Amino acid sequence: MKTNQIVTVDNKQVPIEGERNLLELIRKAGVEIPTFCYHSEMSIYAACRLCMVDVEGMGMVASCSTTPTPGMVVKTSTPEIRETRKMILELLLASHQGDCQTCRKGDDCKLLALANRLGVRDVRFKRKGRNLPLDLSSPSIARDPNKCILCGDCVRICSEIQGVGAIGFAHRGAHSIVTPCFERDIATVECIDCGQCTKVCPTGALTIKSDTTEVFTAIQSKDKYVVAAIAPAVRVAIGEEFGLETGANAVGKMVATLKMMGFDAVYDVSYSADLTIFEEGTELLGRVTEGENLPMFTSCCPGWVKFMEQYYSDYANNLSTCKSPQQMLGSLVKETLPDVVKKDRKDIVFVSIMPCTAKKFEAKRDEFRVADSPDVDYVITTHELALLIRERGIMFNEMEPEAFDMPYGFNTGGGVIFGNSGGVSEAAIRFAGEKLTGKKTDDYIIREVRGEEGIREVEYDFSGTKLKMAVVSGLGNARKVMDNIKAGTSQYDFVEIMACPSGCINGGGQPVSADRLARQKRTEALYRTDKMLQLHKSQDNPYINDLYTNFLGKPGSHKAHELLHTHYHARSRIKSDRIETPAETDKLPVSICFGTGCFIRGSQKLLSQLTSFISANGLEDKVSLDATFCFEKCDQGPVVRIGDETITHCTRVKAIEALTEKLNLHANA
Amino acid sequence: MSEAVNLLKRAETYKENVKDIKKRIVVCAGTGCIAGGALKVIDKFEEVIKAKGLNVAMTINKHEDGYQVSGSGCQGFCQMGPVLTILPENIMYCKVTPEDVEEILEKTILGDTLIDRLVYTHKPDQKSYPKKAEMPFYRKQSPVVLKKCGSIDPTDINEYIALGGYAQALRCTTMTAEEICSFMMDSGLKGRGGAGFPTGRKWDLTRQSVSDKKYIICNGDEGDPGAFMDSAVMEGNPHSIIEGMMIAAMAIGADEGYVYVRTEYPLAVKRIRAAVKAAQEAGILGDKMLGTDRAFNLTVMEGAGAFVCGEETALIASVEGKRGMPTPKPPFPAQKGLFGKPTSINNVETLSTVPVIFEMGADEYKKLGTAAAPGTKTFALTGHVLNTGLIEVPFGETLRTIVYNIAGGVTEENGDISPEGLKAVQIGGPSGGCLTQEHLDMPLDYQNLKAIGAMVGSGGMVVMNHKTCMVEIARYFMEFTQNESCGKCVVCREGTKQMLDILTDITQGRATMEQLALLEELALVVQKVSLCGLGKSAPNPVLSTLKYFRDEYVEHIVNKRCPTGQCKALRSYSIDAEKCIGCGACVRKCPTGAITGEKKQPHMIDAAKCIKCGACMDACKFGAVLA
Amino acid sequence: MQNILAFEKAGQIIEKYGYNQAKLIPILQEIQNEYRYLPEELMVYVATMLGTTSSHVYGVASFYSHFTLKLKGKYVVRICDGTACHVKKSMHLLDAVRKHLKLEEGQNTTPDMLFTVETVACLGTCGRAPAMTVNGEVFGLLTDEKAVAVIQDIQKKEQANHE
Repeated sequence: MKTNQIVTVDNKQVPIEGERNLLELIRKAGVEIPTFCYHSEMSIYAACRLCMVDVEGMGMVASCSTTPTPGMVVKTSTPEIRETRKMILELLLASHQGDCQTCRKGDDCKLLALANRLGVRDVRFKRKGRNLPLDLSSPSIARDPNKCILCGDCVRICSEIQGVGAIGFAHRGAHSIVTPCFERDIATVECIDCGQCTKVCPTGALTIKSDTTEVFTAIQSKDKYVVAAIAPAVRVAIGEEFGLETGANAVGKMVATLKMMGFDAVYDVSYSADLTIFEEGTELLGRVTEGENLPMFTSCCPGWVKFMEQYYSDYANNLSTCKSPQQMLGSLVKETLPDVVKKDRKDIVFVSIMPCTAKKFEAKRDEFRVADSPDVDYVITTHELALLIRERGIMFNEMEPEAFDMPYGFNTGGGVIFGNSGGVSEAAIRFAGEKLTGKKTDDYIIREVRGEEGIREVEYDFSGTKLKMAVVSGLGNARKVMDNIKAGTSQYDFVEIMACPSGCINGGGQPVSADRLARQKRTEALYRTDKMLQLHKSQDNPYINDLYTNFLGKPGSHKAHELLHTHYHARSRIKSDRIETPAETDKLPVSICFGTGCFIRGSQKLLSQLTSFISANGLEDKVSLDATFCFEKCDQGPVVRIGDETITHCTRVKAIEALTEKLNLHANA
Repeated sequence: MSEAVNLLKRAETYKENVKDIKKRIVVCAGTGCIAGGALKVIDKFEEVIKAKGLNVAMTINKHEDGYQVSGSGCQGFCQMGPVLTILPENIMYCKVTPEDVEEILEKTILGDTLIDRLVYTHKPDQKSYPKKAEMPFYRKQSPVVLKKCGSIDPTDINEYIALGGYAQALRCTTMTAEEICSFMMDSGLKGRGGAGFPTGRKWDLTRQSVSDKKYIICNGDEGDPGAFMDSAVMEGNPHSIIEGMMIAAMAIGADEGYVYVRTEYPLAVKRIRAAVKAAQEAGILGDKMLGTDRAFNLTVMEGAGAFVCGEETALIASVEGKRGMPTPKPPFPAQKGLFGKPTSINNVETLSTVPVIFEMGADEYKKLGTAAAPGTKTFALTGHVLNTGLIEVPFGETLRTIVYNIAGGVTEENGDISPEGLKAVQIGGPSGGCLTQEHLDMPLDYQNLKAIGAMVGSGGMVVMNHKTCMVEIARYFMEFTQNESCGKCVVCREGTKQMLDILTDITQGRATMEQLALLEELALVVQKVSLCGLGKSAPNPVLSTLKYFRDEYVEHIVNKRCPTGQCKALRSYSIDAEKCIGCGACVRKCPTGAITGEKKQPHMIDAAKCIKCGACMDACKFGAVLA
Repeated sequence: MQNILAFEKAGQIIEKYGYNQAKLIPILQEIQNEYRYLPEELMVYVATMLGTTSSHVYGVASFYSHFTLKLKGKYVVRICDGTACHVKKSMHLLDAVRKHLKLEEGQNTTPDMLFTVETVACLGTCGRAPAMTVNGEVFGLLTDEKAVAVIQDIQKKEQANHE
């Protein structure tokens, strides 16, 4: 310990060990400095002003933005600091709207906790909220701008870590708000539903959209057969909501609790994760053999899928066509269960319990229903499950563990590690490796894909077949990797992408842990679970093998495709609410798409060409030319709509042909 | 050096061209005088001179032997604008209209007589002052920054060069960066934007930062309401700013610079852009600055209407295409500024002074002002004074000289000299504090002002007479600051809102003494804890007025009375029975029916019903309604 | 034809600034000069072309007072409320002008889209307070009557143009 690199914190000597700022150093010394806007992974914002400390010779400084220098003498609490912190809280509470008693955030509210902690007994200012409208448009995220304290955590996690930037600050001063662009509803902009914002939001401004009421109704209705399906990552986090240690695997208690609550059957999504490996592994091997549509991207993460549809729709054909384990199980259950339990499909309710908020969006996708019966009816997150359990009054910790129902309750270790970043890849290698080498082994642990970095590259040689893979978590990292692939600076055969940093164990629906090592501990817990199971490779799952023998045929079969595969489409980022009004009813409406995809393919040039054509032929009073965003056919641009006909890969020739035809230009009219 | 020859050549050519000009009429064409019709005056001069068959030169492109008519930047005497100065006699005419032009030509330019009505007559002593230098307004000033501002044609780079312009920049190309910084440090020049940080030291710190790229930025985002000094310099002597930036660039090691100008100053933007272009065409700016191997290129960027962008780090954010939100300091821009590179941001006036200091020499410069604050400061002198306008005085000058001598004294609303004298002078705009009668003889400089809770600020100086309500002034400034707060840090965003709320309550008779105590407590927190200078200085007007006018606050709160009668809500309206003729005009206007009375009899206002809207007062043509 | 040309012009402006994100503010300023306000579609377009998010562009556009997201009247009247003007009762001018134009509380633009009335912090014409601008033209040393007279002159001119 270098004796000259010391900072004195509240009379305690603390060495400087490369801490980013004084705040981290003070934490190391054992003092929890209050802060709303500081997060170790994000940029320093320095706006909440709560982290002020007194530094001899410098006065009061914000500890988050002060670099520790040797010899600093710091006091973390002085009468002035105490008064300042209280004042800041009073100011925040004065413009904070709503009653704590009925607030969605409940016990988790950091504003409430801090007000209590700092002993705020009075708000001496006039309380005045802003009466802004709630935004409940998204299936995953509920917004209440009146609770916002403008700490900016959500803005920064969405743009810096997730690379999306769906919400941002708007206006200025006391009129500032955090909002999607143009103050639209969040469901109409590029939000990919990952819910990371709800985890960092200290108040009830951003919370998970709750489906608990609907689930209660279902399990308490007599004529419905309600099935619960638990995702891998949930089991190593639910315990934290009830005081168990971080990463404790409480799956047995969960099954028992769900049964007690009234679910008719409890299944394991790890089962369908194994199934996914069969289908996806086979798909990968097929593509590798043909050398087509590589790299193949995983498709189990709905946040990533939406991200790809919005920003990299050119690669839509590279996504695995496999549905996610949630959707595969929902589809399978709804298809097979009616015969088994003697109920109609419409009376079977499938509730998946997920660490993920984007799964709520996924369940509602049009592709995932038969007529108007969805494969997955409701998705509730780990956190919502805890709320349900508490509301029911069930004492989670007292429950005797129970087992999943069969056949959809049996899984191998390969299925359960889906819950952390690298798990899908590891399970896929366990599958593909044996297929490619033709040899069975007892080894199953593949250390190379494990780790904490957001982008990991791995290369394998299976008896001459080389597979280059990337394991990515956090969409900011996904952007980097995609841009590299686009630019040609990186080539892969297989890329696993999880929207949430470290994978599903850190999903938007997981409990917010005070334990800074929560992600590592939950990941470790899943690997341990894998170890404790008898079977580790998906291909060894006997129930799945039976499923193929008796029902699906083989991986990639027609039946498998029908039930377990899907397709994707480009998505516009900002939903345009332009109504296609024929402004002048007797004019032929012509719209040219000016979205990026079409623009890159020449929509602007097309515009000039069409403009010339129209004026050269004196057609201004017959044609109304309009620009628009976006027909969501980005890989087929430029897209032009003439009348009711949509022309893709439109060229001057095609457009003029269509115009000529529709206006009967060559006819002797 | 080829460029030296070129500059010399341009200077010589210019001097040759003008040496035979008979007289020059310099019409003030600053924003203020243009609003008064100065451009029309200029056009008229051109017209009448031509009509007389005489040669008139509107620009100098060749040898001229007739009469030169040019527009200058602000000449400072705004109250009396449009003004013009006739050279070589230095006669100043005030409130000139196009209708006066022919007479001026006949009598004063071609002839030798003065036109009395256009000569300034000083109310206090009833004397006439035709010569600029003798006028009370100008006599006590020490123009250094403004010297060329009201005389040269800002659109003519050759005039600037002929007067020695760009020669200092050229000289600096032969000095090392350390030498330039050392020179500036020796001069003691302090930043004129408000913070007063020593310019030489700022440059030196930036110079010391190691980086492949550095920037120099001119902060022309003068947003203080009531301040227009930088505007005048940008309009009137833009080349001095460019030259200052060149020297700064050489001092710190930058090859690129930005001039950030408020978009609300369209004329300043126009003049700066034109000056940059002219300098580029002359080879002064560019990849081969002044013919050397150094590059120095300038981009002019317009602000988009945010006062907070006058703060260094917010300005940087703006140039980077972001919301103008400040970032914590340290790191300072000298270490990590624009695009993360070392940057020096200097005020317009500071940069404009730089070439002058080089020309004068540090020792000569230090003769002006005080030891701790050498040099001069421009002030925008406005408010209840006889003559408002733009002035420049050395540091150490007193308020008494400025208000009573230069400005001619404090006035009532109708313009008469007020026997009460000044009540307060707000110095430093919304970030500043007030001075009172007790400070009349205090030498004005950074230290003295800071010691009493005020600040030099950027130079706005508003004089207030006895009829000004100081609480309302504090409220007004807080409203401004609140509106301009960027909203990032909690204390400024919420704190100024709550402070404004309390101040509004006070001016409307709803406040309690507890609120006053809360106001003070909150003010201190906002001052100490805000992220940036805007928040930190927002409470200054409140704290300052509380210091000197506490009893006014208390009167508003406890007795619900505004001593000056300015706060509408606290007026108690009554009718003067002597003046009221009972016409009933007020009755018709009263929204609550609070006025009663017989026709042609004096009327009465029922205080219980009166909502103090003042409509009756507006309606009464006999001045019978009192408040 | 109006809308499509807007995109073309915007595209030219973005190209002129080299698709540089740092130039967002001058880009928006030029687009606004052209169209007198910033339509939503153009902001999305700018975001796409510059490789940034619509939130970012909206955040910048809504931060700065100069940007307007709603179409303003043909004549934008800005009454200065800087200290010097304030002290010389500029707010009376505001009331007088608003009253003359029959603007209701919360309404800043006349229904015929001729006038928008705003206040501005400081025009820098402090020597000739109180002052106002109409589409950039400065009028100083105003009284209530003089201010209203300026508006009336414009109204007369506009009426004459229509006849």
